[in-house]
Amino acid sequence: MSDIGTILLGLGDKLAAHVLLSAAAIALGIAVALPLAIWASRSPAVARATLGFASLVQTIPALALLALFFPILLSLRAVFGEGLPTLGFLPALLALSLYALLPILRNAVTAQTNLDPGVIEAADGVGMTFWQRLRLVEAPLSAPYIMAGIRTAAVWTIGAATLSTTIGQPSLGDPIFAGLQTQNWVLVLAGCLASAGLALVTDALLGTIEKGLASRRRRLTFGALGAVLIGILAALFVQFGGGKDERIVIGAKGFSEQYILARLIGQRLETEGYAVDYRDGLGSAVAHRAVATGAIDILVDYTGTIWTNEMGRSDNPDRDTMLAEIAEWEARTSGTHVLGRLGFENAYGLAMQREVAHFGMFNDIGDLAARGQAMTIGGDPEFFERPEWEAVRNAYGLRFAAQRNFSPTFMYNALKSGEADVIGAYTSDGRIAADDLVFLDDPERAFPNYDAIILLSPEASEDEGIVVALSPLVGAIDVAAMREANLSVDRGEDKLTFEEAARRLAERIGL
Amino acid sequence: MTEAPGPLLELCDLRKSYETTDAVSGVSLAIARGEFVALVGASGSGKSTLLKTVNRLVEPTSGTVRFDGEPIANLPLAALRHRIGYVFQSIGLFPHMTVSENIAIGPRLVGEKLAARRVEELLELVDLDPAMGARMPDELSGGQRQRIGVARALANEPQVLLMDEPFGALDPVTRDALGNRVRALHEKLGLTSVMVTHDMAEALLLADRVLVMEDGEIVADEVPRALLGGAGGAIAQGLVAVPRAQANRLAELAR
Ligand SMILES: Nc1ncnc2c1ncn2[C@@H]1O[C@H](COP(=O)(O)OP(=O)(O)OP(=O)(O)O)[C@@H](O)[C@H]1O
Ligand SMILES: [Mg+2]
Repeated sequence: MSDIGTILLGLGDKLAAHVLLSAAAIALGIAVALPLAIWASRSPAVARATLGFASLVQTIPALALLALFFPILLSLRAVFGEGLPTLGFLPALLALSLYALLPILRNAVTAQTNLDPGVIEAADGVGMTFWQRLRLVEAPLSAPYIMAGIRTAAVWTIGAATLSTTIGQPSLGDPIFAGLQTQNWVLVLAGCLASAGLALVTDALLGTIEKGLASRRRRLTFGALGAVLIGILAALFVQFGGGKDERIVIGAKGFSEQYILARLIGQRLETEGYAVDYRDGLGSAVAHRAVATGAIDILVDYTGTIWTNEMGRSDNPDRDTMLAEIAEWEARTSGTHVLGRLGFENAYGLAMQREVAHFGMFNDIGDLAARGQAMTIGGDPEFFERPEWEAVRNAYGLRFAAQRNFSPTFMYNALKSGEADVIGAYTSDGRIAADDLVFLDDPERAFPNYDAIILLSPEASEDEGIVVALSPLVGAIDVAAMREANLSVDRGEDKLTFEEAARRLAERIGL
Repeated sequence: MTEAPGPLLELCDLRKSYETTDAVSGVSLAIARGEFVALVGASGSGKSTLLKTVNRLVEPTSGTVRFDGEPIANLPLAALRHRIGYVFQSIGLFPHMTVSENIAIGPRLVGEKLAARRVEELLELVDLDPAMGARMPDELSGGQRQRIGVARALANEPQVLLMDEPFGALDPVTRDALGNRVRALHEKLGLTSVMVTHDMAEALLLADRVLVMEDGEIVADEVPRALLGGAGGAIAQGLVAVPRAQANRLAELAR
C-alpha cells in the first residue's frame, strides 16, 4: 500500500471525529465528576460510593463497556422512544465518559480533602458563603490537581476512543481495525501514530494549563486553553463545515470482503454524484441493527446470518425461499429493503489443509465427528457464539479436544502453524485457494445459505438514484471474482488498498 | 435596641462537648461595648473554642450567644461574620491570593472594592511596608503573616475584633509595639475586642479586663489592678506570679 505519509494525510476526517468524541466524553466526565467531588468532599459515605463505582467501571474492559451500551440504549428506547440512537456517537460518548470519570473524580476528591483546614476555616471566618468559598478558595486551590486528573482522563479517553470503531463511531480506530483485519501494518501504524500523537499533544497542552494554574500564570493557562479550543473548533469545522451533511453512509463489518464491497458501492454512488462515508469494522449484529434503524444507509449482509441470528430460524429451506422470506421479514419489521443478491455466497464452512484432509481421509463433517476428537478447532470470536455453530455441532455430534478464538486473519496462520487443525472459514475468502485449503462437505445441510445481499435502510430505499446506481451489482459478482479481490488485500505482499481492490473488481465484472 | 445599654456580647451557659472532652463547660459572660478583654489560660483550656462560638465557627452543644441582644443563631451567618473581625491562631491566609487581595477579601465578598489607599493604610497600621501588598503569603515571614491576618480582620471595619494569639510569632519588640498599636486602634475605631494570649504580662498591660480559663471554665474575671492585688484565686495568681517574679528579678539586677 502507499506510504504512511499519504495515509496519515487522509485521516483528517477520522481525526476530527476522534477529537470531537474524546472532547465531548471528557467534558461530560468533568460535568459529572466535579459536582460529585464537591458532594463527596462533604460526605465520606458519598466519597466511598462514588469512588467505588468509578473504580468498578474502570475494571470493565473498554471494549466490553462500549458494547454494553448497545443493549442498554436499546432497552432505554422504551422510555425515550425509537429515535434514541443505539450505535455510533451516543453509546461511544457515554462509555468513554464513564471511563473518564475515575481519574477526574479521584483527583478532585483528593484535592478537596487535602485542602489546608486552617485556610478553609479562615474562608468561613471572613464570611464566605458556600459558593464564594467554592469559587474563591476551594476551586483555585484544587484546580491544578483536578487538571492533572483531567489530563490522565484525556490520555485514557483518546486511547480508548479507537475502540469506538466497533460500535459504528468513526475514529482513529478505523485504520487500526482495517489494518489488523488485512495484516496491513502500515495502516495499523498510521492509526496508532495519529492517536498517540493526538494524545501527546493533548497531554502537553493540558500539562501547560496545569502548570499555569499551579504557578498562577494566567497567560500560560489561557494560551494553552485557547489552543485546545482551537483544536476542537477545527475538528467541528471539518465535521460539520463543508455542508456535507447529506452523505450516504455505507457500513462494513470487520473483514476484508466487507471493506471492499463497501468501497465498490461507494465508488458507484460517487460517480452518480453522491457524497459517501464509510462506517467500517462493525460487529455483525451491530451492523444489521444499524441499517435497520437508518444509522447507516447501505450494508452487504448474508442470508444465513440474518436467517439464524436476526430471525432466529433453525430450519433450512432452499435459497430462493429463504431470500423471499428474509425480504418479507425485513420489510415488515423495519422497512429495510433487500435490493438483491450480489451473486456469490460467503458461507461458513469447516476448512482444513488439503494434505491433512487427504491424508486423514476427512471428506465431510461426519468424518470429523467420527475421528476428529483429538483435534483443535479454531474460529473467529463470533463463530462459536453463532447459532449456526450450535446447529452444526448438534447435527453431527462434533466434539473437539480444544476450541480457540482467533481474529480472522490469524486463523489462517494458525491452521498453517498447526495451532488449529480445522477452522470455521468463509467460502469466499481468497486465502482458501491461496493456502490450498478444502472445505468439508456438509451432507446434513446444517449450515444455511449465505448469499451476499445488499440491504438498504428504509430511507435509502426511497432514493431512486441509489437503487438505480446499485442495481447493476445484483448478480454481477461470482465467487471467483470475490476471492480474487479478497486475496488482493489479504496477501502478504503487494497488498492493494480497499479502494484499489474495489476498482479492480468493478473492472473485472465489467462495470 | 441599638441604644440599649446592655452588653454587646453575651454568652449564656455555653457548652461545647466533643466525644472525649468538654472543650467549654458552662461559660456565662457579658462583654460591654468598647471593652478590651484578654482571655488567658493554659494550652487546651478551651480559649479558641470559646472564641469561635462567637462567630459560629463552632456551634455550641448548648447555651446561647447574643450579639447586640440578638441570639446569633437568628442572624444570617455571612452578615454576622462581616461584623466580626477574626484573627486566626493558624493565621489562614489564602495562599493563592496576594497580600492585598487577602486584606481586601472581606469587602470583596459583599461586592465592594477596597481602595488601594485603604490597603496601604491597613498595612501601615500593622507596621508593614505598603509595597508588600503585591507579595504572595509564602514570601513572608511568620510574623509578617500574622500582621496581615490582623489587617485582614480590620478591613471590614468590624464592630468586634476577636484575636486568637495574634502576636504568637512576633519578636518581643514588634510584639510590644503592635500590642500598643492594636490597643490604640481599639480606642480610635471604637471596637469591642477579645484577645487570646498565653502571656499574662501582655494581658495585664493591654486589657481592661482579664479572663482566666481552665478546663473549659472561666475561673477568674478581674481588672488588671485587682489581679495584681491578689484577687482571682489560685490559678489566676499562679499566672500572675510569673511576670511579677520576672519583674522583681529584673529590678534587682538593675539595682
Ligand atoms: N474539633 C475538635 N474535636 C475534638 N476535640 C477538640 C476539637 N477542637 C478542640 N478540641 C479539644 O477541646 C479542648 C480545647 O481546645 P482549644 O483549641 O479550645 O484549646 P486552646 O485553649 O485554644 O489551646 P491552645 O492555647 O493550645 O490554642 C482541647 O482539649 C482540644 O483537644
Ligand atoms: Mg487555641
